[in-house]
Amino acid sequence: MNRRFGFFDATALTLGFAFLYLPILILVVYSFNASRLVTVWGGFSTQWYVSLLQNEQLLQAAWISLRVAFLSAAVATVLGTLAALALVRYGRYPGRTLFTGMVYAPLVMPEVITGLSLLLLFVAVDFDRGFWTVVLAHTTFTMCFVTVVVQARLVDFDRSLEEAAMDLGCPPLKTFFTITLPLIAPSVLAGFLLAFTLSLDDLVIASFTSGPGATTLPMRIYSQVRLGVTPEINAVCTILVALVTIGVIIASLATKRSAVARQ
Amino acid sequence: MSMAVDGRRRGSLAIGAVRRDFAPWADPAATPFIRFERVTKRYGDVVAVADLSLDIFEREFFCLLGPSGCGKTTLMRMLAGFEAASEGRIVLAGQDLSGVPPYRRPVNMMFQSYALFPHMSVERNIAFGLEQDRLPKAEIAERVVEMLRLVQLEPFARRRPAQLSGGQRQRVALARALAKRPKVLLLDEPLGALDKKLREETQFELMDLQVKLGMTFLVVTHDQEEAMTMADRIAVMDHGRIVQVATPGEIYEQPASRYVAEFIGDVNILEGKVSEAGEGRCTLAVADAPAPVSIAGVAEPLEPGREVALALRPEKLVLTHEAPPAGTPNVFAGTVWDIGYLGDWTIYLVRLASGRTLRVSRANATRFVERPLSWDDEVFVHFAPEAGVVLTR
Repeated sequence: MNRRFGFFDATALTLGFAFLYLPILILVVYSFNASRLVTVWGGFSTQWYVSLLQNEQLLQAAWISLRVAFLSAAVATVLGTLAALALVRYGRYPGRTLFTGMVYAPLVMPEVITGLSLLLLFVAVDFDRGFWTVVLAHTTFTMCFVTVVVQARLVDFDRSLEEAAMDLGCPPLKTFFTITLPLIAPSVLAGFLLAFTLSLDDLVIASFTSGPGATTLPMRIYSQVRLGVTPEINAVCTILVALVTIGVIIASLATKRSAVARQ
Repeated sequence: MSMAVDGRRRGSLAIGAVRRDFAPWADPAATPFIRFERVTKRYGDVVAVADLSLDIFEREFFCLLGPSGCGKTTLMRMLAGFEAASEGRIVLAGQDLSGVPPYRRPVNMMFQSYALFPHMSVERNIAFGLEQDRLPKAEIAERVVEMLRLVQLEPFARRRPAQLSGGQRQRVALARALAKRPKVLLLDEPLGALDKKLREETQFELMDLQVKLGMTFLVVTHDQEEAMTMADRIAVMDHGRIVQVATPGEIYEQPASRYVAEFIGDVNILEGKVSEAGEGRCTLAVADAPAPVSIAGVAEPLEPGREVALALRPEKLVLTHEAPPAGTPNVFAGTVWDIGYLGDWTIYLVRLASGRTLRVSRANATRFVERPLSWDDEVFVHFAPEAGVVLTR
């Protein structure tokens, strides 16, 4: 590992990062553009952030998105953690492979299919589409991410800690809440934040399952962009990027800290 | 059981170290405290514990000894309640433990990994069991202090387990398991993670503690030295069965089988055939010996012609330069093949005329030796008739 950081590495790294982040950087820069024209730089200004605060439609969409993200992430965290427990803890039981496959399916399923199938379901059971259908749909597709994160932690969880608690007179359910949960909490939090940001981002599934009065922020942005990109959109997107970045950073810090604490 | 009878018959002769006036297992009127009654444990097709019966008495320091995979840990985990027996039952102080969950059993366990709760301080770890019993706060605090004093960890009460050394963690685990004053303390490889010096000190501390608290200790270990030092009685296990239950002295001096003789300490095993047998004594024809070998203190009746093994402990063999006086029984001639100097002991490997090598050990009782033994020296090995043990299994 004592190789020097050469010219080739530096170039590869720069190009790689540029490929990934240049578009986002341009978006962020143009959100501070004084000009009305998106492609012409007219000096630094925060006016689009100010006018954003007066854009009722966008603000409402953002509020819906946040509520959807919070609710669906909360439910997905509970369900995902339980699924992870079932996968790691109950050894071999009939249907385990099927269950594993079903938990992980949304991870690889094209979003269009998830969205469409959920739409068909809601129509079939005559469930009025709106806020709650989006929450349900997001719970379904983010749950598996929580499961993956929590499962990774549970696999190397020292079972003798739980046995020690029970040996000292602690019943199983109480053991879960006083020993297991506090110790896996960082990964549960990471799962929650991951689910939250995924829900905040989602356009496809929300478009399929949403109804009148429940337009999420990505849906609103997408419909506005079709009429032309305004600097206001750039400002919203910049805020969204910042939120998602913070979420991901906290999630990875939480997992890392718990990994260090375990050593 | 035949061994205990034999011990009494020989009157003043004693085997091994003796803890005075403590031998409930030899008293037919004593009631066992823990009874394993024909316990079997199966995992699918694998039999971990096979039709095993065992009695352990109150205040006993009992060791389950055996190689890994012999079923000793499974046996302990069944007593703790983490595994259910496939057949048979376990009775503790008159109560059948079948179906009693681990959190309602009056036993506590010290785990091999210690299993300290990493998110709690030393204090809270020790208090955990007491909190489950809903004892008053003041009493819990008092007991925690008492436990901390017992294991000499008062200055570390507020530390997290991660901030302690291995030895300190071991003591926290011990204090936590002792805090509830269980009827039986289970210790799973309690000293396995400590270095040699600390292990030895801790062995004696555990023994002191056990006597002081008057508790029954059940230890699982694969380390024969640990078991020999600490236990009142040892059960040697192999493939889910108990091969011998006896005091450390009896296990060493009167092993029940070749497996036990070879598992505990060093031993030379010679194949032989009984040529003559009498009350408590016999003569063996051994291929490696130039003359018939006579053995005294034989525990079981033998008939001539029976194939047996002769177990000889290296420290009971006498090594000399000169031929022993005529009439000395059991003399072998050979050459010194190899020497291992250990400081307190020296191990000599003596090659016999038959090509067999005998292991002989000598305590280095003096610093200087007039005529030291060297490689290729012509030497004689002999042993007293009482020194050999005849094994039929």
